[in-house]
Amino acid sequence: MTKSVYLDNSATTPLKKEVLDEMMPYLCEHYGNPSSIYKIGREAKAAIETARQKVATSIGADSKEIFFTGCGTEADNWAIKGIAQAKEKKGKHIITSKIEHHAVLHTLESLEKQGYEVTYLNVDEYGKISLDDLRSAIRPDTILITIMAANNEVGTIQPIAEIGAIAKEHGVLFHTDAVQAIGSMEIDVKAMNIDLLSLSAHKFGGPKGVGALYARRNVLPSVFMHGGAQERARRAGTENVASIVGLGKAIELATSNIESKTAKIRAMRDRLIKEIPEKIPYIKLNGHPTDRLPGNVNFSFNFIEGEALLLMLDLNGIAASSGSACTSGSLDPSHVLLALGLPHEIAHGSLRLSIGESNTTEDIDYVLEVLPGIVQRLRDMSPLYEKVSKEMR
Amino acid sequence: MYSEKVMDHFANPRNVGELDDANAVGEVGNAKCGDIMKIYMKIEDNIIKEVKFKTFGCGAAVATSSMATEMVKGKTIDDALKLTNKAVMEALDGLPPAKVHCSVLAEEAINAAIFDYYKRQGIEPPVEIKCSGCCADCHKHD
Repeated sequence: MTKSVYLDNSATTPLKKEVLDEMMPYLCEHYGNPSSIYKIGREAKAAIETARQKVATSIGADSKEIFFTGCGTEADNWAIKGIAQAKEKKGKHIITSKIEHHAVLHTLESLEKQGYEVTYLNVDEYGKISLDDLRSAIRPDTILITIMAANNEVGTIQPIAEIGAIAKEHGVLFHTDAVQAIGSMEIDVKAMNIDLLSLSAHKFGGPKGVGALYARRNVLPSVFMHGGAQERARRAGTENVASIVGLGKAIELATSNIESKTAKIRAMRDRLIKEIPEKIPYIKLNGHPTDRLPGNVNFSFNFIEGEALLLMLDLNGIAASSGSACTSGSLDPSHVLLALGLPHEIAHGSLRLSIGESNTTEDIDYVLEVLPGIVQRLRDMSPLYEKVSKEMR
Repeated sequence: MYSEKVMDHFANPRNVGELDDANAVGEVGNAKCGDIMKIYMKIEDNIIKEVKFKTFGCGAAVATSSMATEMVKGKTIDDALKLTNKAVMEALDGLPPAKVHCSVLAEEAINAAIFDYYKRQGIEPPVEIKCSGCCADCHKHD
């Protein structure tokens, strides 16, 4: 039987057993509608409020500042469109970076069509924004800065506390997409001057289909969904009770002892980053050498294409991800890799391995064992490698 | 997303490699777009005696190269020129819509190799040869 190694934890993570156990009673047993006044309704309501408190505690917020959503994308949409609408009298200028998730970039593009102006900050070769660029981009009509805490593809961590300080100094609101960051790094919204933050449960051992938006008190984005009084009448719709309970449990687990928990993951990451280049020539590490997510490994392999690499890995039981055009569903490779300055042909050959809590040393051994052979096999098939191999001979 | 035939031709590609004594070589696509196909042929008495390929690209690019070379091996030049991208796709039990351009590339690579053969022989290539390996635009095959 082929081995099965899951190294796509930035795409999603397996639901933790402890999380599922907490969710189960809210599916069949305590099935009440949280808006109902009788016992099973009150139980469901209480469970939501407990989960809200857990989310708040894990990021240093107050429970009144947490709003549950259907996913991280919804939280991003709400934060950005909601602030744009709420602050349109002040101005219509928003600052972001070129390497945001599409949930942010496409939301901003939709606002541009409505007359908003967006400044897209460049990043350096490692994926970091420049704080000087940020300062000079701020204008009197700037209403929002939205910059992700950590990048999903290359793992680069942004200086969010410094961004928060600059935003506060200029009286501009600061939103951060922390979908990849929760559970991987400490986040304290008060200390870091974060006004709005998006998160998603399935990235840290919770269920899919639930996320949350933190919005600092008095920084209310406009109503997102009209209807009933749920989520303080700002996001109407009967709550996804079991999943919200799951989010609460998952974030509690993910944000306790981050340092010791990520140490094991970080060690596996560092081993891959060190040993893959020792075994495979003509490759490049993408992202920041040190300020990167503990589980993120991203390499570009010259002369080969990412989708072919993923298929070969899949045939060997390894699940991973790539930023090639063939996997992005467009003609261009990943906007993140291009923003880092990679030429198209190198960006097509990228591979992201994202390590999670369930990975083992044996998984890493296995990748190091099969990856070099797969890359070589594809290179032997590649006309781009022909010239190089002839020169070597 | 891929048929079993595509996966078979990707995992076990036929005719991979170079031909040292090729008398027809065609290359199409470019690295910027993420796919290049290079086809080597040995043509004798108007018959494609041997054919090999090298491809930089996705799973569908490799599979269409493999299938197209299988389909022209042992055929006359005239028959090889009749190979269409549609025939390659059908032989592979279909391709996802986003990958149709790979089959076009395979057809063009065969054409480009035969174009090169005519050139080397000092013969004017027939007008039906549509591509001489000049495709440099990613958006061309959509």
